[in-house]
Amino acid sequence: MVTAVKAKSVACNDLDPALLVRAYRVMLLARATEDKLASLYRAGMIKGGVFLGKGQEALSTASSIFLQKGDIFGPLIRDQAGRLAFGDTVLDTFRTYLGSAKGPMRGRDGNIHRGRPREGYYAMISHLGALVPVVAGGLYARRLRGETGVVGVTSIGDGGTSTGAFHEGVNLAAVERLPLVVVVANNQYAYSTPNSRQFACADLLDKAAGYGIAGFKCDGTDPIASLETLQLAVQAAREGHGPQMVVATLLRLVGHGEHDDAGYVDAALRQANVGRDCLEVGARQLIGSDFATAEEIAVWTKETQAEVEGALNIAQREKGPDPADEDWQAISTERLVDGHHDLEDE
Amino acid sequence: MSVTYLEAIRAAQEKALTDDPRVFIYGQDVGAFGGAFKATKNLAAEFPGRVMDAPLSEDAIVGLAVGAAIEGARPIVEMQFADFSTVGFNQIVNQAATLYYRTEVPCPIVVRLPSGGTLGAGPFHSQSMEAVYAHYPGLVVMTPATVEDAYSMMLEAVAIDDPVIFCEHKLLYYHLKADKLPDTAQPVGKARIARAGRDATVVTYSAMLHESLQAAEDLLEDGWQIEVIDLRTVKPLDTDTILASVARTGRLLVVGEAWPWGGVNAEVISRVATEGFGLLDAAPMRLNARDTPVPYHPDLWAAHRPTASVIAARLRQLLTQ
Repeated sequence: MVTAVKAKSVACNDLDPALLVRAYRVMLLARATEDKLASLYRAGMIKGGVFLGKGQEALSTASSIFLQKGDIFGPLIRDQAGRLAFGDTVLDTFRTYLGSAKGPMRGRDGNIHRGRPREGYYAMISHLGALVPVVAGGLYARRLRGETGVVGVTSIGDGGTSTGAFHEGVNLAAVERLPLVVVVANNQYAYSTPNSRQFACADLLDKAAGYGIAGFKCDGTDPIASLETLQLAVQAAREGHGPQMVVATLLRLVGHGEHDDAGYVDAALRQANVGRDCLEVGARQLIGSDFATAEEIAVWTKETQAEVEGALNIAQREKGPDPADEDWQAISTERLVDGHHDLEDE
Repeated sequence: MSVTYLEAIRAAQEKALTDDPRVFIYGQDVGAFGGAFKATKNLAAEFPGRVMDAPLSEDAIVGLAVGAAIEGARPIVEMQFADFSTVGFNQIVNQAATLYYRTEVPCPIVVRLPSGGTLGAGPFHSQSMEAVYAHYPGLVVMTPATVEDAYSMMLEAVAIDDPVIFCEHKLLYYHLKADKLPDTAQPVGKARIARAGRDATVVTYSAMLHESLQAAEDLLEDGWQIEVIDLRTVKPLDTDTILASVARTGRLLVVGEAWPWGGVNAEVISRVATEGFGLLDAAPMRLNARDTPVPYHPDLWAAHRPTASVIAARLRQLLTQ
């Protein structure tokens, strides 16, 4: 049966205060971590690129904060906050950017390409959309094993919705009625390409109807709205209503990577509602609802910065991988390794 | 009672489904229809919910397999024709092939590629993709040439923890027969001396094994004894068996149905030239398909790929050098 698309607007009054506080503190931690990554990049201390999610912390946190142990999360480039909310650590973030052998990727991959798949935390590849069918496949296998109530969340940007992999993955998830939540962060630009050059439908949410799946939209700069929307979407998926698509509107407040000054962003967008900083919105919401005081937020911010410094100190002291100790083996079956390489005996 | 190459592949999948509850099959038309070539005939009925039709989405089919493998399943996915695996290429080479190296989580998937040319199949239902996948680290590439290998290597493909590209040749599906399914198997990764000889070595795999064996038989009339090596897997490539044979014969011809540029044949000759140059009494030779798309017309197709008579002629050149 095809589920009708329901674009829900969510009231901002029945969210658990403790949840908002927890989400906000994750957002703060993500922001502090990324601010530190940006300064490390400027200081030339990170090899390769740095890709930040500034401005997307509210949506990203909301994407994974409703997941439980046993669920699957397939984050993308701008999901530092969602990664932390799912259980990734600031330490593993720095370890991966700095290439520590102790990080989850052991220097074999870097920056945002990190995960711990055994813990349901999938590691993205650079090809956008490619993670959608993989998360669907994880859910498919869980269902085959008889597990129920499992949810998978993955995210994509406005640009990623143009890929074949996104289309194939969402369509397959819909056909299989998998408990997949696809969070589309419409941040107005794919690198430098504006939405006008990306898609021709009036609203990305229209795509949900085409796939026969439920759709939600929300203001991605609004932490409460993002949390309430994702809570509904994750719950619907968990209850067996098939894939859910959430389209959130926001603006990336940094470049595609730290090498990019984002000079192509329309100044009017920066001034508009879509250009709000979700951390400022969240602080106003916390204070306005008497969930927290400005002083408490200041204390959290300090604690967060201390946590970031502490993690960085550890990661900076750790060694990178030693090429001489590497097995240089891309498959796990030792006897099937193709053993003739020009560099083998050097 | 005999069993065909195709029936062996079906039987191996049936056994894998029977023996291991983690195994499932996903692909276009593999369900009640039994697959475009009937390699999954009756399996959907025999294993309800574990042999499923997929939407026409090669990328998502392979992507689903990778995700399922992360969660401990052992998926077998069918690309209806090897040619269409290009649409799933990104998931194969960038997702499946990198997973273990990047994350230490192995990726036990089998991607079945009905490969190679058949009469009238034309440019997009005839391709041999093994070299393309062998190029990427992180994949095992199997190219069975016999009924026995089709069966035992499929079982092995499901059993090992790494992604396997299983190149099964469509030309062998119905015509290649054995008396029965094998009880034992040669280890995967080891080449097999399909015919012993002393005068020249032919290294080949898949359907070209049978053309090469015919050519070796033809040369016997002139008193030449040709050794024919069946690679069985092109990755890993059993270089030791090749070098040992060349050490005995001093002459090498490599035969494959794929295109010439940078392929399996090129790799074999490169290894023999760099590691066994002193073993050669003559310059090594190779035979590939021609460097054009695979043509439709039977006469063009017959002239596009190596055949027993072409192989025999080339061997005669090699032997008189």
